[in-house]
Amino acid sequence: MKFSVNGKIQEVDVEEDMPLLWVLRDELGLTGTKYGCGIAQCGACTVHLDGQAVRSCQTLAIDAEGANITTIEGLGTPDDPHPVQQAWVEHQVAQCGYCQSGQIMQAASLLTFNPNPSDTDIDDEMSGNLCRCGTYPRVRDAIKTAATKLQEG
Amino acid sequence: MGKVKTIARRSFLIGSIAIAGGIAFGAYTVRKPHDNPIGVNDGEATFNPFVKVTPDAVTLITPHVDIGQGAVHMQALLIAEEMDLALDGFETSFGTPDPAYFNTAFADEGVPFMSRDDSAMAETMRTVVGYVVKTLGVQGTGGSTSVPDSFDKLRMAGAVARETLKHAAAQETGVAVGDLTTKDGAVILPDGTQVPYTELASTAAQLDPVTDVALRDPSQWRYIGKRTQRMDIADKSFGKMTFGIDMKMDGMVHAAVRFNPRQGGAINAFDAQAAKEMRGVTDIIEVTGGIAAIADNTWRAIRAVEAVDVDWAEAPYPAEQSDHWQALSESFTKDRLDSEWRHDGDVPAALESADTISAEYRAPYVAHAPLEPLNAIALITEDRADIWTSHQFPRAVEDMVSAITGLPVEQVALHNQYAGGSFGHRLEFENVRYATEIAMKLRGTPVKLTFSREEDFAHDYPRQIAMGRADGVVSNGVISTYDLKVASPSPIASQVPRAGLPVPPGPDMQIIAGAWNMPYAIENLRVTAYRAPELAPVSSWRSVGASHAGFFAEGFLDELLIAANQDPMQGRLDLCDYDIARQVLEAVADMSDWGSDLGPNRGRGVAFVSSFGVPTAEVVEVTATDNGIQIDKVFVAADVGQIVDPDNFENNVKGGVIWGLGHAMNCEITYSDGMAEQQNYDSHTGLRMYQTPEIYVRGLENAPKIRGIGEPPVPPAAPALANAIFDATGQRLREMPFTKFVDFA
Repeated sequence: MKFSVNGKIQEVDVEEDMPLLWVLRDELGLTGTKYGCGIAQCGACTVHLDGQAVRSCQTLAIDAEGANITTIEGLGTPDDPHPVQQAWVEHQVAQCGYCQSGQIMQAASLLTFNPNPSDTDIDDEMSGNLCRCGTYPRVRDAIKTAATKLQEG
Repeated sequence: MGKVKTIARRSFLIGSIAIAGGIAFGAYTVRKPHDNPIGVNDGEATFNPFVKVTPDAVTLITPHVDIGQGAVHMQALLIAEEMDLALDGFETSFGTPDPAYFNTAFADEGVPFMSRDDSAMAETMRTVVGYVVKTLGVQGTGGSTSVPDSFDKLRMAGAVARETLKHAAAQETGVAVGDLTTKDGAVILPDGTQVPYTELASTAAQLDPVTDVALRDPSQWRYIGKRTQRMDIADKSFGKMTFGIDMKMDGMVHAAVRFNPRQGGAINAFDAQAAKEMRGVTDIIEVTGGIAAIADNTWRAIRAVEAVDVDWAEAPYPAEQSDHWQALSESFTKDRLDSEWRHDGDVPAALESADTISAEYRAPYVAHAPLEPLNAIALITEDRADIWTSHQFPRAVEDMVSAITGLPVEQVALHNQYAGGSFGHRLEFENVRYATEIAMKLRGTPVKLTFSREEDFAHDYPRQIAMGRADGVVSNGVISTYDLKVASPSPIASQVPRAGLPVPPGPDMQIIAGAWNMPYAIENLRVTAYRAPELAPVSSWRSVGASHAGFFAEGFLDELLIAANQDPMQGRLDLCDYDIARQVLEAVADMSDWGSDLGPNRGRGVAFVSSFGVPTAEVVEVTATDNGIQIDKVFVAADVGQIVDPDNFENNVKGGVIWGLGHAMNCEITYSDGMAEQQNYDSHTGLRMYQTPEIYVRGLENAPKIRGIGEPPVPPAAPALANAIFDATGQRLREMPFTKFVDFA
């Protein structure tokens, strides 16, 4: 199977039903995407597939064929951060940090399609992402900061 | 009368621990410092177990593992404060597990005295237990002890390093020590020349550490008490933090396990034929009480192990949940009396002669379920065992691996890692045990074991189940009698043997933690603990006993105050006999504008629980909507004596509130046919964002001793929510999870 990950074409020889999560983590070594539940309940495995946030634990390798995939590693870097990541650092959102790749990918997707989300929009979009440490208040604040930054350009 | 009995019981316990500790080891052993475990080469300096300076880098050892609470940042900050380091001017390491990293703060909660009790007897007892901890070299992260253990010790480590480096600079430059200062990782000469610490390593290595140093006055602090940026925040925002589950090694194989879902049960038989033929699978191995699949990919290993047909043996505890409740119900007997540490007045006499108000409270088993499932990498050769995982008891890991492999413990090394949460889960050892067993059969090959989420839930060692029975008397608008009995299995007795440590003698304070120490002056007040038989094995869950006993104590207190026609806040303030506690109650009253009109269908509740030495009060505001209860706001005040980093403090407090609310609302582990019925987050969720209230935090610094904030915000959340729901709806909730009785919007 062939797809693009973070702008780079990747070809893997895996079962058609291997979840994209494990293709990314174990076959391609991109461990920024996390395994939390395996049943789309926690959102730790969230990546962008052709620009849409998806749960990579429920996306089969065959469904990714030909797609453009972005993982946390491809979203931004400390030298060239995505505004969401910048806001995450500024608000010091993370505690253990394990869910944050998924939170950030979900938030980035939210702001792509809805640059000025209301509190309800944020709750609706982000409630599929579990944070056991309880960083939700800071996730909310950071999304608002990122939205403002994006609008200011 | 009550006090005499209490003191007699305490005296007995002091005797027991003294025999186990001071007398057995002797005074010499207790005074002798542990050797410094930091290894150095020529030209590299170390001054104590926490600081290493080489020509290339300054490395700070942070022995408390980071499970999300920010322990690495806090520890490094304390050293950097005295050592005058810039926060980006050093590296950190969890170091080698070692007795030198014994936890000086474990003693504080290990004695049967209230945290507020600073009497000579209480302090002597803490000293004695402290000797035992030091002598045994108990290194551990837990019990909200990282800050109190580190606060003086690590600042002193930094000060010793700084002064020794100044002496090295004096020797190299000929400038008198008194004319030297330090800043941002360098010694500064009178002419402004900066000599980086790294350039002084080889000279400093020749010196004896300068130990005659004093800690700086708080007015000179540069970092402590200020907002700083956590050292791990960037890595965690760019997907760059490598957790144990993310580690890779050359030649590594992947393993998954399934062991008896009836925790601790054996395996009767299994058929692995189909699993062995699956793609990428190289082996199916029997391990203690279970099976493991070895494959070239995590998913293939998990799928293969699930394809094995297994016949599991029966559970070594009652198979059905109703039997667990029954066992608790039958535990309120003289035979099962564990402690009666609080008995003011004469409760039996008072109850005999009056109309009583009675209630029964329940708290279920709850899972820790940190988001990073248990995992470990093990590499075992003929003469060495190396383990990579995150663990709160590092030395116990090495002891266990030594026992399984037969290798001397000196040839076993745990390489501790950042954890994707714990909440007490990483005090257990199943991942270590199974990774070791598998790696012994694949010597020379690194084995990475990853638990599936379902396997992690099945073997969570949940929070203890508990039942409270309470009776009270209200007369003339005053609570005159409050009698609380709590029955639960001892979490400590269940957990400690698995860590290879002796079960402490005497009662288990956790059965009544957060309840027996309530700061209320009530004429007749008694809190009694009953030790239920061991049922399903249990383990410390963020805030441990206070998470059930605090709920019982503050829920029933609310019932009595309402019966006495008193305001729940003013009633508590009137009863409160401890200034530090009163101040946190007054703080949340102020923050929440207690007493103001909330409008229709709304309610507010307050609860106060002191756990791990931290008086903590919370006010919850709710609205009863058509879709159920909506939690609007939470106000929290807690007093830790000294806040190290206000930003991280606030994040931990909010997280603790969310943890306490979410589990009280919708989480329980129940057993059927000996197996936990909840296997994933769909049936054991906790709070999600749409239900998360606005949370307002105020940290107070009036308490005389510095404390940690990891756990104390948890216990008041459940009773404050239940009390708020009563205020809004008139419905009294006495059992968690609350979703059994109400809906949440």
